[in-house]
Amino acid sequence: MKVLIPGALRSYTDCSQTDASGTTLAAALADLDRRYAGIRFRIVDEQDRIRRHIRIFINGEQVRELAQPLDVNDEIIIVQALSGG
Amino acid sequence: MMTTDAGTRPAGRRRSPAARARSHHPVVLIATRKGAWLFHGDADRKAWRADGPHFLGHVVSHLVLDPRDGRTLLAAAKTGHLGPTVFRSTDRGRTWKEAERPPAFAKAAASEAGRAVDHTFWLTPGHADESGTWYAGTSPQGLFRSQDGGVTWAPFSSINDDPQYRKWMGTVQDGTPDGPKLHSIIVDPRDRAHLYFAMSGGGVHESVDGGQTFRPLLKGLAVVEGFDGAEPTFHDPHCIRLCPGNPDRLYQQNHCGIYRIDRPSDTWQRIGDNLPRRVGDIGFPMVVHPRDADAVWVFPMDGTSVWPRTSPEGKPAVYATRNAGKTWQRLDDGLPQRQAWWTVKRQAMTADAQDPVGLYFGTTSGELWMSGDEGRRWSCMAQHLPEIYAVEAAEL
Repeated sequence: MKVLIPGALRSYTDCSQTDASGTTLAAALADLDRRYAGIRFRIVDEQDRIRRHIRIFINGEQVRELAQPLDVNDEIIIVQALSGG
Repeated sequence: MMTTDAGTRPAGRRRSPAARARSHHPVVLIATRKGAWLFHGDADRKAWRADGPHFLGHVVSHLVLDPRDGRTLLAAAKTGHLGPTVFRSTDRGRTWKEAERPPAFAKAAASEAGRAVDHTFWLTPGHADESGTWYAGTSPQGLFRSQDGGVTWAPFSSINDDPQYRKWMGTVQDGTPDGPKLHSIIVDPRDRAHLYFAMSGGGVHESVDGGQTFRPLLKGLAVVEGFDGAEPTFHDPHCIRLCPGNPDRLYQQNHCGIYRIDRPSDTWQRIGDNLPRRVGDIGFPMVVHPRDADAVWVFPMDGTSVWPRTSPEGKPAVYATRNAGKTWQRLDDGLPQRQAWWTVKRQAMTADAQDPVGLYFGTTSGELWMSGDEGRRWSCMAQHLPEIYAVEAAEL
């Protein structure tokens, strides 16, 4: 499935769009981390919570749980919520 | 940014280019709210070259050189949007690689909320005999260790999940405005099993068994009026330093004054009472002399009323004692004499190991100041940096 990467994470991917596979959001993020080591921990904390300033959308709908099922044709958008100065 | 070439080297001390190339040079490591810089100095500490920014846009809490190999640097970093990490360089800052497993709390049971590291705040290289060992303190308060030079990190000791320590640590709401910090991790240079650490909410703690167990070290320390001094959670140490010249002696800048302890005594002695009353003995950093255990420097701030956290009366000054706290001397020659409302954070003031000792501090307004004569005269090394969080002096 297609994954859109925010600017703050492109130091890992070197691109704005990549692919990941998995039947859940957790599996897709694990797949991303296999190819771009360290990227998952910047998005998800050690308690498996999506970090406070990160938003993840699947086909335009915001999701909050890593257990969210995914289909091979889904599109994941990872967004950094701008905050602070 | 501006660097200065402040002065002319005495003719008698001029060195040949070959000698200069062979000698180590001083470096000042700057961690800021928006990135990190390395300031490389000449042998006389007169001319400085800025190398940076590294990690522009990252909040860098601490940048530390491994004194055991003279080339490994660790940087504790995060951004406002992403999770925390530790960057690592093994070539003196030319290239960086992210830790494979940054400090992170253990996964909690499903029935518990669990804690997540917001940022790594403090880095301490391990004992000289333990190459590759590093310690880290985090916010929320946690203690971590790496045994592979900062590549992978794991919770260290039992304190992170110990019910008693968790109670003393309190919650994020109990801590300082940007989160309670575990800091001042100290390894006794004579005994790698002898450790200290401090928590901005939770007091000072000591281990004599390599971190298997810790116990509070709080006797003699004041707490805010009305609170129980026997309860560690009410203690707020700001910065603790062990004297290289006498490892039985430690100094502490606390929320409630300046203290000294001479082990094996377990009681801290308040030594800040002799500072001028209009200045007070509240502040954050504490700097010890690399050889003389009677000499320390502090940077008092306004800790009255609502705690403005500025220089008292807008007149910044370092205060020094050369007799272990009996008397104090104001050192402000070269510093602004009025309307300067910045201050210095707990990791943002340090000393080098040269003779005379060089002192360095970074301000909340992004200025870097140094003294090459133990504080008698100050000059500005750089200005217009982001808010400075930490300053370390080393040699490369």
